[in-house]
Amino acid sequence: MATFKDFRNQVKPNWCPGCGDFSVQAAIQRAAANIGLEPDDLAVVSGIGCSGRISGYINSYGFHGIHGRSLPIAQGVKMANRDLTVIASGGDGDGFAIGMGHTIHAIRRNIDVTYIVMDNQIYGLTKGQTSPRSDFGFKTKSTPEGSVESSISIMETALTAGATFVAQSFSSDLKELTSLIEQGIQHKGFSLINVFSPCVTYNKVNTYDWFKENLVSLADIESYDSSNRMIAMQTLMENNGLVKGLIYQDKNKKSYQDLAHGYSETALSKADLSIDDEQFNELISEFM
Amino acid sequence: MVDQLSWKVGGQQGEGIDSTGEVFSLAQNRLGYYLYTYRHFSSRIKGGHTNNKIRVSTKEIGAVSDDLDILVAFDQETIDVNYHELHEEGLIIADAKFNPTAPEDCKAKLYAVPFTEIANELGTSLMKNMVAIGATSAILGQSTEDYREIVQEVYGRKGEKVVEKNMEALRQGAEYFNEQAGGPIERLQLEKADGKKRMFIIGNDAISLGFLVGGVRFMSAYPITPASEIMEYMIKHLPKYGGTVIQTEDEIAAATMAIGANYAGVRTITASAGPGLSLMMEAIGLSGITETPLVIVDTQRGGPSTGLPTKQEQSDLMAMIYGTHGEIPKVVIAPSTAEEAFYDAVEALNIAEEYQCPVIVLSDLQLSLGKQTVQPLDYSKTEIRRGKLQGDELPELEAKEYFKRYEVTEDGISPRVLPGTKNGIYHVTGVEHDQTGKPSEVAANRQDQMDKRNRKLQNLKFKNPIFKNDKHDEADVLVVGFNSTRGAIEEMMPRLEDDGIKVNHAHVRLVHPFPAKEMQEMVDSAKKVIVVENNSTGQLANIMKMNIGNLDKINNVLKYNGNPFLPSEIYTKCKELL
Repeated sequence: MATFKDFRNQVKPNWCPGCGDFSVQAAIQRAAANIGLEPDDLAVVSGIGCSGRISGYINSYGFHGIHGRSLPIAQGVKMANRDLTVIASGGDGDGFAIGMGHTIHAIRRNIDVTYIVMDNQIYGLTKGQTSPRSDFGFKTKSTPEGSVESSISIMETALTAGATFVAQSFSSDLKELTSLIEQGIQHKGFSLINVFSPCVTYNKVNTYDWFKENLVSLADIESYDSSNRMIAMQTLMENNGLVKGLIYQDKNKKSYQDLAHGYSETALSKADLSIDDEQFNELISEFM
Repeated sequence: MVDQLSWKVGGQQGEGIDSTGEVFSLAQNRLGYYLYTYRHFSSRIKGGHTNNKIRVSTKEIGAVSDDLDILVAFDQETIDVNYHELHEEGLIIADAKFNPTAPEDCKAKLYAVPFTEIANELGTSLMKNMVAIGATSAILGQSTEDYREIVQEVYGRKGEKVVEKNMEALRQGAEYFNEQAGGPIERLQLEKADGKKRMFIIGNDAISLGFLVGGVRFMSAYPITPASEIMEYMIKHLPKYGGTVIQTEDEIAAATMAIGANYAGVRTITASAGPGLSLMMEAIGLSGITETPLVIVDTQRGGPSTGLPTKQEQSDLMAMIYGTHGEIPKVVIAPSTAEEAFYDAVEALNIAEEYQCPVIVLSDLQLSLGKQTVQPLDYSKTEIRRGKLQGDELPELEAKEYFKRYEVTEDGISPRVLPGTKNGIYHVTGVEHDQTGKPSEVAANRQDQMDKRNRKLQNLKFKNPIFKNDKHDEADVLVVGFNSTRGAIEEMMPRLEDDGIKVNHAHVRLVHPFPAKEMQEMVDSAKKVIVVENNSTGQLANIMKMNIGNLDKINNVLKYNGNPFLPSEIYTKCKELL
């Protein structure tokens, strides 16, 4: 059986020392091992940005695509081979700016893919511009007088889009993050895990200390019920979205693949592609 | 008696014009006639003039006819817009309901037939279409019973009573016309057809059928005119083969989802038109640099932007050949008939996997939506080839080493492994990468990988990259085209020959990589070259000039008003240039 070390490769990440993304990488590796995956069972699809490099840092099949498109690629992989465990990943700019359309539709489509967003509230790789998760008033290179746009409430947005698994975590809490990724992978349907992953170079406001001070753990809220969407929404709003833990899970809704009419139960990538003469004749008879 | 004629039905969109055309043409198809149809329509659902022009012949045809024999009009606008196409012995049959009048300079004879009134008497005005078809059958001297099989098919599920009512509508339409005109019109009597069963199909369905036969099991696409029929065909048929279609949120998702699915091993396609292809350009580059097979159909329509969304044009050629930033190997195939479209669709899938690159199947609106008779398709002529796709048994890798998915090989094509395979782990990235797929900016590696990718298509095998009709060793003129103009060019050629002009025809089927050597030979054996294109800048002519020179010899006949070429237009323009 594979251990988390088997999910390590020899590539040294090009992230800045202290970047939150290191922990996310470690959490994915641990979660994969904990639930008994082998490296070749896993495909990690990523977008563009600092965090997008993650698919190259995990010893598994990996696909580093184009900016904002990790989700459609990941959904395509899963539709083609439902036996694979598919993780999509990227940053908040990748997922909630250029890729927001895909994020919303991946949520409502509910294909069995786990989407892990490394949310640092800034554009890092392009050297510090505002992101859709930047706080109102946040000063960056592109907003020198402070951002005048609202930050997108992504967890609430996910809930309203029909999400069946919504979680949020913090890269300092490796144990909880690993557990949430395990739950996300095991969830039958689309799972969204937003991870506060501080950028130590360009975001001097939302730092490790800031999150430690401001994040509310759902485990600490008595009687919190992650199967209740109303409570989930209320709790998020009461805490300005700054909560961590499993926010919401609907265990009853079937995944896209279980609902798709006629869709093969065995992986399509293993399908026999030939058709017989009788089938061909039937196909052409439609036009005669 | 004539061996071919043209029939057109027109009215307001949403009035059942398409279904009138459908019933009429299917009936002729069953009688064994060859058909070629053209749909004139607008980007709206209800209202606006629409018409269906249907050419019926005892011989093979591949173009819209120059003139018109019979015009069926459900409103005055249909007469006003179309009467100029009618020749002297042509006929208009129009619904008496709107008191139709023929314009003063109309050469054809007008008959007012109470389509709506007869239909109402039978119970519903919906049947006015059948009354009109009945009147048509009388003109042609066909029995209304010839239409029973089709009426049964179309209305059978609504019950025997509805079938009989529709048959009665046909009979009454025929009787009314016969009483008025005193029987069939001699000039419009069609010679008997051979009664053989033949396929009658739009290009989009032929492409779809090719894809299904070629092993496509997944499609991701976004609706757009004139490509949606491909998605609709797949939605109807793929579930029977375990496959499925996802209607994505946009064309970017359609193309990137198709890349993901192809990477994971399923033959996956997407289809769109110009606006969608513009959105897919970045994904096409990703397919190119990651060497992931990808087949995309571009059904060209009037551009740029929203342009003429329901009209014929061939103006995406340059964009399809060169589109995406940077340089990648890409194949662009342009079938010219529905029959070719079927075989080319299968071949596009094979080429995409063998050469691990994007393949564009280029169509145009007239080929995609015009319904035409095709010769029997031969399943045994198709095959599935998957190139250097590796099986499940791979040798063990050194600990922590990646599989050399992008190994530099002599032919530029590297072994391909599907995710999930033991001992096959490698990385894929749109960043320049080394042989295992890890990002690399090393200058020597960059050059090696670029050269490797560029090498792949040097030995591309494609059967008959040019359709040739070249009976003259030395021709006065070589006429060149691509996509749906083939039939119109073929049809006007005998007219030039009758004028003593020796004419050869080259129809380019593989537009990229351009078959320069073969085209050069044909150009060399002609005094003049005329390239016929539905665009305003002569894109194919420019591609030819780039690839083979001969700048002075190459002329253009261009049409970009939204309508397909008529044979007579090409003939006249050629005469002017010769």
